[in-house]
Amino acid sequence: MRFHFKTSYDHDIRLFPDWWNFAAYAALLVVLLALPFVLDSFFLGEVTNVLIWAVAGLGLMLLTGQTGQISLGHSAFMALGCYTCVIMMQSGVPFLLAFVLAGIITGLVGALIAIPALRLHGVYLAIATLALAIIADDIIVMLRRWTGGVNGMFAPDITLFGVEINRWVNPEYWYYMTLAIVLVVTLIYRNLLRSPLGRAFAAVRDSEVSAQAMGIDVARTKTIAFGLSCAITGLGGALMGLFAGSFNNETFNFLIAIQLLMMIVVGGLGFIHGAFLGAIVIAFLPQGLSLVTDVLGRGFYVPGLEIGVFGMILILFIIFEPMGLYGRWLKTRIWFELFPFARRDMFRRQKSYLKTERVR
Amino acid sequence: MEILQLLLSGLANGCVYGLIALGFVLIYKATEAVNFAQGDFMMLGAFVMIGLVNPHFMGINFWLAVPLALLIMGALGYLFDIALIRQLFGQNQIAIVILTIALGFVVRFVAGVIWGHEPLNLHSPLALGDVRFAGVVLSLADIAVIAVTVILTLMLWQFFQRTKLGLAMQAASQNQMAAYYMGIPVKRVQGAVWALAAVVACVAGILYASKGAVDVSAGFIGIKAFAAAVIGGFGSLPGALMGGLIVGVIEPFASRYLPAGYSQVAPYALLILVLVFRPHGLFAQVRTKKV
Repeated sequence: MRFHFKTSYDHDIRLFPDWWNFAAYAALLVVLLALPFVLDSFFLGEVTNVLIWAVAGLGLMLLTGQTGQISLGHSAFMALGCYTCVIMMQSGVPFLLAFVLAGIITGLVGALIAIPALRLHGVYLAIATLALAIIADDIIVMLRRWTGGVNGMFAPDITLFGVEINRWVNPEYWYYMTLAIVLVVTLIYRNLLRSPLGRAFAAVRDSEVSAQAMGIDVARTKTIAFGLSCAITGLGGALMGLFAGSFNNETFNFLIAIQLLMMIVVGGLGFIHGAFLGAIVIAFLPQGLSLVTDVLGRGFYVPGLEIGVFGMILILFIIFEPMGLYGRWLKTRIWFELFPFARRDMFRRQKSYLKTERVR
Repeated sequence: MEILQLLLSGLANGCVYGLIALGFVLIYKATEAVNFAQGDFMMLGAFVMIGLVNPHFMGINFWLAVPLALLIMGALGYLFDIALIRQLFGQNQIAIVILTIALGFVVRFVAGVIWGHEPLNLHSPLALGDVRFAGVVLSLADIAVIAVTVILTLMLWQFFQRTKLGLAMQAASQNQMAAYYMGIPVKRVQGAVWALAAVVACVAGILYASKGAVDVSAGFIGIKAFAAAVIGGFGSLPGALMGGLIVGVIEPFASRYLPAGYSQVAPYALLILVLVFRPHGLFAQVRTKKV
């Protein structure tokens, strides 16, 4: 077991607590950089897909995991990010600028929507955002002059620093581009959590009343959280649309938003790692299932199998491991680190008695 | 005359939404949780009924099958509570929201495996006749839907106001700890309300299946029922019915008078407006605590 002997306050908020930790992430980065030389283009595409889902998941994680607000409407913001990015690219804006602008626009719209939505909390917020996700589908059809409506749009090729990036021609460039974006987003996210704003998010999540007592402007914090969350999810949506090549109003339907929420729950709410682990589950579950059904024979395949299995996995996680995959990993690690002294009660969940929201 | 026709068919649809919304409200009133799988319970209820009645499956007499289906769904509701929801006792609401969404996925999957993905018709005696008066055509099913919904809402309303169990349910939601002290078996009361909500969902399912074909994704009309429950105010039973009727009536009028493509947005737009301006619904139950 490693001990962190802290000699200054800065030790608490370092990006990496020690050299060992830094080395582990550096090794991971090296592996990720070497992947295109190992994998064929199909699996490279799958890994790119995982990274794209992870970006979108990080966005929702900021809202749900860090700030404690539930949203079932993030597919709407994915769609917004995607459409703004592609429309700008088609009118001649260079990719990088269009991509960043798409994130900013999505974030601003998200913050605007957050202002009335802030009056809601818990379940009401979930329902309002769900309604938003359903309406988004229809709005895309209504704006068919710009969005192509039901016929959808085709994503243009990406030109970055003079290089054409096409998923089918040079998948490894696509992969590196996504990896770079993921790295930047993760770094921003990590740094955000170290900043006063990130602490304010956590305070609002844990108790709005005590956050307010500590001098945090709860409404402002929530608005910023919603805006930032939407911005990151919008970037994820833009990548997803560009990667898919073509998309229409149904690409980002409300089931995607639900899937996104489920993904971060399975991965582990409130952990950056959770978004990535969840993305791996989401992206590889269909492949894994088709592998299993191939082994057992086609007779075992039933339509809707993926979503059903996914629901069952989720139920098991919610009941037995609410901290998700990353939480399970943390528990296992601590068990080994403390070896024979780990106790079951160390991770006991605190229970609370319910009181009505209707009398305040 | 056309307006009257639209109004009546809207009311009949609205009653189904209202019935599903009743299920939301029942569970919300008694446990402060929201069951996102209520629409899928409705679908399951419809398919259980189809499985019992249709000659292709078991072929039991319709009127014999109704209590049987209600019983099966009630038992399933209670089982869901013991097996899943009770495991989350004392956890925050987000966990229950996610659990019920996942439950909806699983229910849809299981129903798809058992009954297939093709739309099925219920062999219902209600699906036969039409009633005409004053130039308006109403199917027997529509009339049955309206009548059953009104009766059921009144019964449930009185149940919550008058009976001991109903009061215990309200107490359990308002303050769990205090309810325990008063000797209310909170967990069993919650089980009872899940069973009750499943029974209501089954009634909604039977009526919905009498009106037309059902397929596995029928549960998605639960989202419209959400709109209904929110518009009415989540804690109020008559409010849920009113909300359902409002959504049901808006739909045909919107599709008649608004340009195509805009009409299906109407219920959700109303939902968002209500949430923004009267977050606790038109029949709000929120009171400020007196100190």
